[in-house]
Amino acid sequence: MTIYLLKRLLIGIATLVVASLVVFLMLEVVPGDPARLMLGMNASDAQVELLREQMGLNQPLILRYLDWARGLLSLDFGRSYTYSVPVIDLIKERLVVSFPLAVIALTLSTLIAIPVGLFAAARRGKAGDTAAMAVAQVGVAMPNFWFALLLVYVFAVWLRLVPAGGFPGWSNGAWPALKALILPALALALPQAAILARVTRSALIEVLNEDYIRTARAKGMPMRAVLWRHALRNAMIPVLTIMGLQFAFLLAGTIIIENVFYLPGLGRLVFQAITQRDLIVVESVVMLLVAAVVIVNLIVDLSYAVVDPRLRARQ
Amino acid sequence: MKQWKTILAAAALALASSTAAMAARTDLVLGMPLEPPHLDPTAGAAAAIDEVFYANVFEGLTRIGSRGEVLPDLAESWTISDDGKTYTFKLRSGVKFHDGSDFDASDVKFSLDRARGENSVNAQKGLFAPIDTVEVVDPTTVKVTLKNPLGSFLYNLGWGDAVIVAPESADTNKEKPVGTGPFKFQNWAKGSAITLVKSDGYWGDPVALDKAEFRIIPDAAAAIPALLSGDVQALPNFALGDALAQVKADPRFKVVIGTTEGETVLSTNNKRPPFDNLKVRQAIAHALDRKALIDGATGGLGTPIGSHFAPHNPAYVDLTGTYPHDIAKAKELLKEAGLADGFKATLKLPPVGYARQGGEIVASQLREVGIDLQIIPVEWADWLKQVFTDKDYDLSIVSHTEPNDIDIYARKDYYFNYDNPAFNKVIDELNLTSDEAKRTELYKQAQKILADDAVNGFLFELPKVGIWDAKVEGLWENSPIQSNDLTKVKWVD
Repeated sequence: MTIYLLKRLLIGIATLVVASLVVFLMLEVVPGDPARLMLGMNASDAQVELLREQMGLNQPLILRYLDWARGLLSLDFGRSYTYSVPVIDLIKERLVVSFPLAVIALTLSTLIAIPVGLFAAARRGKAGDTAAMAVAQVGVAMPNFWFALLLVYVFAVWLRLVPAGGFPGWSNGAWPALKALILPALALALPQAAILARVTRSALIEVLNEDYIRTARAKGMPMRAVLWRHALRNAMIPVLTIMGLQFAFLLAGTIIIENVFYLPGLGRLVFQAITQRDLIVVESVVMLLVAAVVIVNLIVDLSYAVVDPRLRARQ
Repeated sequence: MKQWKTILAAAALALASSTAAMAARTDLVLGMPLEPPHLDPTAGAAAAIDEVFYANVFEGLTRIGSRGEVLPDLAESWTISDDGKTYTFKLRSGVKFHDGSDFDASDVKFSLDRARGENSVNAQKGLFAPIDTVEVVDPTTVKVTLKNPLGSFLYNLGWGDAVIVAPESADTNKEKPVGTGPFKFQNWAKGSAITLVKSDGYWGDPVALDKAEFRIIPDAAAAIPALLSGDVQALPNFALGDALAQVKADPRFKVVIGTTEGETVLSTNNKRPPFDNLKVRQAIAHALDRKALIDGATGGLGTPIGSHFAPHNPAYVDLTGTYPHDIAKAKELLKEAGLADGFKATLKLPPVGYARQGGEIVASQLREVGIDLQIIPVEWADWLKQVFTDKDYDLSIVSHTEPNDIDIYARKDYYFNYDNPAFNKVIDELNLTSDEAKRTELYKQAQKILADDAVNGFLFELPKVGIWDAKVEGLWENSPIQSNDLTKVKWVD
């Protein structure tokens, strides 16, 4: 168990180091100058040069990489070129939106997907299964920004139950903030739930063919209990893997939903930073996401061990 | 029964009168598509900074009014010496910055010296280059001496880049702007909104709004529902595209189409063959159909232009007829240039709707005369690098949004690569002239030269599309300078 964990941890660290190099080098070859972007079309070249100097852009590449990598270790991501505030502050401001949003969306999607998957698997091939999977198919195919706009028109424009977008911040109380996150979370959750439900169903169906299921049924255990106690737990590994991937996506891959609801999340920070060539922000956020993926994967690996005692026993 | 009626009537009356007694709304939420990178108008070219802070939070010696006119602001009056080189400004007294410190002549000297100083990163540093000295005569008098007379000096002082800042707060204005205007900065939730509140003790006419919030809404598809749901009450300058039709017929909103200072041109690399040949540029001009272009790229809202000048300017001359749409003529000119079979070139397009959509239309129009354009979409940063800085391009489409910027054609090494001594002479003369009638005449000459030389394909003036609640009054219809001036904005019933 310890060796298994250590191995995972080492792989995670190696991933981070390689990613930092790739991210840094890839962004350095992108053309465009943040200083010229800031000063626009009326400024002279000499002035742009002056601003580059002030922004610290004129240092050699390797020095900037080492500086940045050293900072990363102490969670000091440096200062944004355009905002000229510490990058870590920018990230924190965005995480208070993106993290709760991802958690709510993942919770919603799990709460929808697992029961639907169980329902469909238990009625494999019957009308209920076909109907559930048809709905899921629509959910997978539906573009989430379109669904989001639909939600906005129904719940914000027509019923006026929630705001059409924006984020009031947590300082004005939890309820207004949560209210602002309901529609985006729903828009994010449904397509994810559709995918998760399909995965849950197929994993369950595979498990339901195992001998011990037949044994459990044969000894007179009701189907419902078999499903929850024996089948679901054994089918959890692929489901957890997908959930881990989905959480990483929900943290920053939500730029489109953030645009539809004009939420100040991580995705928009990255997008804005790319257009403004605020490379240090892009690099730092991407590294943060790599770290998030690594951590989520570690947690998923850990949870395999929780749901599967065989992994725990293996040395 | 009768009694009931009386009671009901009384209740109705009470209700009605209480509604009437309720004061009009004093808060406004405005939607804008781009977020400022920081909040200091003296240290960046982003229009979004001026759109929030110009005239609302920061003020200059002069200011530009809604029709593009120069108005006194922190300078209540001025005198100009006979040689046109010395400006003596009489400043308003009793003006305070939002941090409580007093405004006086030393702040003016500080601001102007800072903007033109060696370490200045003012995006319009060129505006201040003609200044020789700035002297404090007494706390309410400043004397500015120019190196040579400059007709547009008072106008230049009205730019957002020339606002007056205090030495105590100048370095922190990027995060916490401190000005002298009727609104003071309250909060910037990055990525989300900027909030201004009324500043008590403002020197000028008090404003009607207590609070104004500029909300960042990057997408037109999101801006419309925000408006419809009442979350946002004004979209003063939003490229809404097809979404405009959705609210146009709605009586709850006013749709106001105005003009801007954005001359949209088919930028042409005048030094790169075959564009160095006047005949080729004339052929392109003849091949362009402005009407079709305006319909396709701006929903029919832009105004055609024939030179680099805003149609709302009093000195404007209509030169759209210089090279009218005429495909046969265009082909003939190409033949004369030795390019009877046409040629291939590239068209680099920045990521804005008018350019990307306009580019496709331009490409199809030029194809009709045998010019085969390869469209290359680029990002802004990339555009500034490749096209603007390195001048590595054939053709591009972009809107030049700085006000009164015809002088860019006289700049050495500007990305058009245009160099005409006759034109430069007119601009030089213009800079030395302050007589209004004479200046108008010179502006007309300058426009004519550019039109005749077909320096760029002159396409259209970018429209300003504004939508706001029908009960909101006082927002600007046109955009003679990048600003959402809220000083006269109020709610009416």
